[in-house]
Amino acid sequence: MDLNKRYTPQSWPDHPETATLEGKNKFIGFWLLLAAETVTFASLFATYLALKDRGPSGMEFTSSGLFELPLVFAMTMILLTSSLTSVYAIHHMKNHNFKAMQAWLGITVLLGVVFLGLEIYEFNHYVHLGFGYTNSAFSAAFYTLVGTHGAHVLFGLSWFIALMIRNSKRGLNTYNAPKFYLAALYWHFIDVVWVFIFTVVYLMGAIS
Amino acid sequence: MSSLAQKKGVGAIIWDYLTTVDHKKIAILYLISGGIFFLIGGLEAMLIRIQLMKAGNDFLSAGLYNEMITMHGTTMIFLAAMPILLGFMNAVMPLQIGARDVAFPFLNSLGFWLFFFGGIFLNLSWFMGGAPDAGWTNYASLALASESHGIDFYALGLTISGFGTLIGGINFLVTIINMRAPGMTYMRMPLFTWTTFVASALILLAFPPLTVGLFFMIFDRMFGANFFVVEMGGNTIIWEHLFWIFGHPEVYILILPAFGIFSEIFAIFSRKRLFGYTALVFATILIGFYGFMVWAHHMFTVGLGPTANAVFALATMIIAVPTGIKIFNWLLTIWGGSIKFTVPMVYAVAFIPSFVAGGVTGVMQAIAPLDYQLHDSYFIVAHFHYVIVGGVVLAILAGVHLYWPKMFGTMLSEKLGMVTFWFFFIGFHLTFFIQHFLGLLGMPRRVYTFGADQGWDLFNAISSAGALLMAIGVIVLLVNVVITTVKNVRVGNDPWEDGRTLEWAIPSPPPFYNFAQTPLVRGLDTYWIEKMEGNKKGMVYAEPLGDIHMPNGSIIPFIMSFGMFVASFGALYFQDDSKPWTLAVLIIGLAILFGSMLVRSLKDDLGFHITKEELMEDLKKGGNTDGSK
Amino acid sequence: MMKGLTNWRLFALMTALLVFLSGCGREEISTLIPAGKVAQDQFNLLLLSTAVMTFVIIVVTIIFVLAIVKFRRSKLGDDMIPEQVEGSAKLEFIWTAVPIVLLLILAVPTVYSTFDLADVTAMDSIDEEGNQTSLTVNVTSYLYWWEFEYPEQGIVTAQELVVPTNERVYFNLISADIKHSFWIPSIGGKLDVNPENVNKFYLEFDKESALLDDGVYYGKCAELCGPSHALMDFKVKSVDREEFDQWVASMQEEPEPASETTAQAGEELFGLEGASCIGCHAVSGTAPAGMPGPNLATFGDRNRVAGFMEHTEENIKKWIQDPQKHKPGNLMPDAKTLNGGEDFTEEELDALAAYLMSLSVEQ
Repeated sequence: MDLNKRYTPQSWPDHPETATLEGKNKFIGFWLLLAAETVTFASLFATYLALKDRGPSGMEFTSSGLFELPLVFAMTMILLTSSLTSVYAIHHMKNHNFKAMQAWLGITVLLGVVFLGLEIYEFNHYVHLGFGYTNSAFSAAFYTLVGTHGAHVLFGLSWFIALMIRNSKRGLNTYNAPKFYLAALYWHFIDVVWVFIFTVVYLMGAIS
Repeated sequence: MSSLAQKKGVGAIIWDYLTTVDHKKIAILYLISGGIFFLIGGLEAMLIRIQLMKAGNDFLSAGLYNEMITMHGTTMIFLAAMPILLGFMNAVMPLQIGARDVAFPFLNSLGFWLFFFGGIFLNLSWFMGGAPDAGWTNYASLALASESHGIDFYALGLTISGFGTLIGGINFLVTIINMRAPGMTYMRMPLFTWTTFVASALILLAFPPLTVGLFFMIFDRMFGANFFVVEMGGNTIIWEHLFWIFGHPEVYILILPAFGIFSEIFAIFSRKRLFGYTALVFATILIGFYGFMVWAHHMFTVGLGPTANAVFALATMIIAVPTGIKIFNWLLTIWGGSIKFTVPMVYAVAFIPSFVAGGVTGVMQAIAPLDYQLHDSYFIVAHFHYVIVGGVVLAILAGVHLYWPKMFGTMLSEKLGMVTFWFFFIGFHLTFFIQHFLGLLGMPRRVYTFGADQGWDLFNAISSAGALLMAIGVIVLLVNVVITTVKNVRVGNDPWEDGRTLEWAIPSPPPFYNFAQTPLVRGLDTYWIEKMEGNKKGMVYAEPLGDIHMPNGSIIPFIMSFGMFVASFGALYFQDDSKPWTLAVLIIGLAILFGSMLVRSLKDDLGFHITKEELMEDLKKGGNTDGSK
Repeated sequence: MMKGLTNWRLFALMTALLVFLSGCGREEISTLIPAGKVAQDQFNLLLLSTAVMTFVIIVVTIIFVLAIVKFRRSKLGDDMIPEQVEGSAKLEFIWTAVPIVLLLILAVPTVYSTFDLADVTAMDSIDEEGNQTSLTVNVTSYLYWWEFEYPEQGIVTAQELVVPTNERVYFNLISADIKHSFWIPSIGGKLDVNPENVNKFYLEFDKESALLDDGVYYGKCAELCGPSHALMDFKVKSVDREEFDQWVASMQEEPEPASETTAQAGEELFGLEGASCIGCHAVSGTAPAGMPGPNLATFGDRNRVAGFMEHTEENIKKWIQDPQKHKPGNLMPDAKTLNGGEDFTEEELDALAAYLMSLSVEQ
């Protein structure tokens, strides 16, 4: 692979992310990693459902009435939007339009940071109400499930930022195209997991 | 940075192994460290059998005994059997499919070092306040009640080494999917490659639940969470589910590669292609698939109710069918063949009755009401040792003899190999057959002592005597390794003379770039086909001789794993008020981890090329690369 | 189950073989000498599955031995290249179908028995007068001892379960601390004792335990529960219904104070004025369940000290002096803590032992 090879939108391959063997390997390997991540979150969800509203006798907080639904709804919309903006970024990556890609990634990161900020605010709010991590089995399961997702968001953001800074001077080539592609794929995965969290934790919590 | 340089000092060799990304060297690292952990686990087993040699013995105290059984089980499963098998996968699978290396050489190295540091971390518990003592299953209520840091060592150590294994699994899957030589269709892959494939898929899907369970355990013990604290609404049965959703596939992660090794051996030493290759492949896939649906048969006595017990009982019985298919296909492979009783073949032949015995007791335990009697008794100890020792360990010993020439270029002594075999085989049956009856006579497992008045004395004494024979067998094997290495008689490509698959078409040990030209695969047992057609060049090649692209070595995997190792000490002592430095250590460790990840991702590392000229020079020196004997 | 019982002759043969191989084992604890319906059902399943599996082993062994004898290279010569057979669909079908049939033979009694042994619907049924029709025992496990409460009778005992023969006895199992498992091998399979939920099952006791060499059945903890897991034994006395009713009646009476002088001294020491043993250990069968230590109302009638030591005054004294030495990890305080920082004197130990031995409801 030659890093110095200059591509134009005309010479740029249709699927730059799988144009090299390394790219193909990363592509499949990453999907497999997402399979493992899916099992991880499945285990966390199953545990959450088993421990939902379980705690010491007379515990104060249960899933009904605790959650700040409007805030969480706003967070959901923000994260969904960031997924969309990352789609635009990859669209421009495939067109070999580096500047546009960087710009859309920038917007994605911005939305992600806002999401993460709101989540930190949300946790802080619950803790101030007295709903701490060590309160009950329910609180541990809640914070661990949602917090694991939050950690994934943090990692996804760091990945985006590292890629953007690292490649700001180098532009796009078949060596870094798979990296951008996979980071975006990761971001979609995080988004999908959040949709499940929103449904299973927040909406089902509010209904019960 | 060309690796073609020849003579090296000791320091350079060590540096080479610390930084290597070559699958063959990583295989050797896995084999050696797995072997060392195997010896440690074996030593623990001997101490256990000495303690149980007679009624009311006081050789080990009650607490120490529990640490011993926990570490024996954990070490043997996670740090000995699995790494040694991963070693064989690394050594052989890429050669079998004609690949240059695995898909992610860097991650391969990372996987090894994570396993290695995880294993070291776990074993350091012996010297730092006590080993884990809640059994290798680490059931939650007992684990939370355990006072020493042993359980923390267990949870953190297994988390680290589990990440390593998961990385290895993904790596093998991608390698097999993407990097097969031209003509190597899925249904032409050697059976060892197939079992590697399925076992890797099981690793991929089975390890995350364990990791999640271990994290719950860590959070409960170190950060005050309440997943398993019953008074706080927790539920200890969640641990049992998570552990066995991992734990049952784990059994197949171990046994499937063992099946693969034996499949190779039966074909090679019967000079006959595998009977019912297609059936064997589908049986492998079915076993892997069912492996995820039967975990609750480890929990028949938990009180899940008759419906769950009946369903899981029936699901478990079904697994006997594909396993039976395998046994009969192996028997028909040697039927009508020309059997040469080399050491690997003797192990393979001995495996059949041993494993059938372990299999039938497995079906007996699938009968849920009968299992109420057998569960957690010595019957189950006998059963899983018949499966793991009679299946996996025999495969490992067979594999060591079979692949030793391919990995090291020398042949282990057949004579000493036979001595090891007979000691080990007789010792194994002596130790464990009698334990079925101890269980039926009412002896629970995991007891550090037993009273003289319960009718168990004689059988326990016999069992301990058998263990001694197994130990002698292993010592003879070590002697064999030393003698072989000192003698250093080099062998050619196909030292067993009846090799059938691609790994026997390449020098022993292979050059670091594997095949100079990627071979063209013309059918199942492709090397055998070429030999039968009298191909003097060894193989037909798919490409002309040309430049080869190779990855650079890197110390970063070692440093990353070291970072996790350091961070784990911070997490371990996090709740000790007497140790104010824990947070700092945790942060430093994570900084090392993420810092080296960042360095890796910021630096362009494109590897290097071996030019055609260098390659031709090397071929002249190495001679045999073309594959003729 | 009937399917499993058709071929009695084979079973008799297999039984003889198994018993021969096993060296019989002890009647008090061997699963091979079942002494109740549950253990008998499970034993029958053992015989049935052993028979089926023996058939499998014989088939494999025959093919195996023939193959390694007939097809040795030393016999066939070095140059022989065998025919490269691909496989046979017919054979694959046979060795798929036959095991499925064999498994079906096992599956039917398995499912039947799984539901049968879990059937506790009769547990709460009552007769016209509102009394329960069958005996229920609440079992609670503690680090490393067992409490048996008879809720209907209002009595509690520990370490030695007393049950009537020839009727179904129902059990509620729960743990007070960590997970244990309740197992009386010769009476029936085990059931886990979880900290979070009550597990229920039943057992039947066919034979009076007085007929055994040791006079009791042996019960075990079958789930690793810490250092003294191996010593968490209990004993079972099965008596006929009449004797059981007598036993219940005398358990329900208040115990009489000790009559003999040494025992009287022991009783004083045992009480609140002395070492306050009574703070943890009740000595009346009608005391509430859930005390920190085992109920000692039947101590004199017991078969063992602490579940596993021979039932002598000497062993009682040893135990009181240093419980940790004999059962590491148990929760009983050591002698010094109980006795204001000093060890018990020899006289005090004698007195305590005499008093404990005098606690009896059987006489």
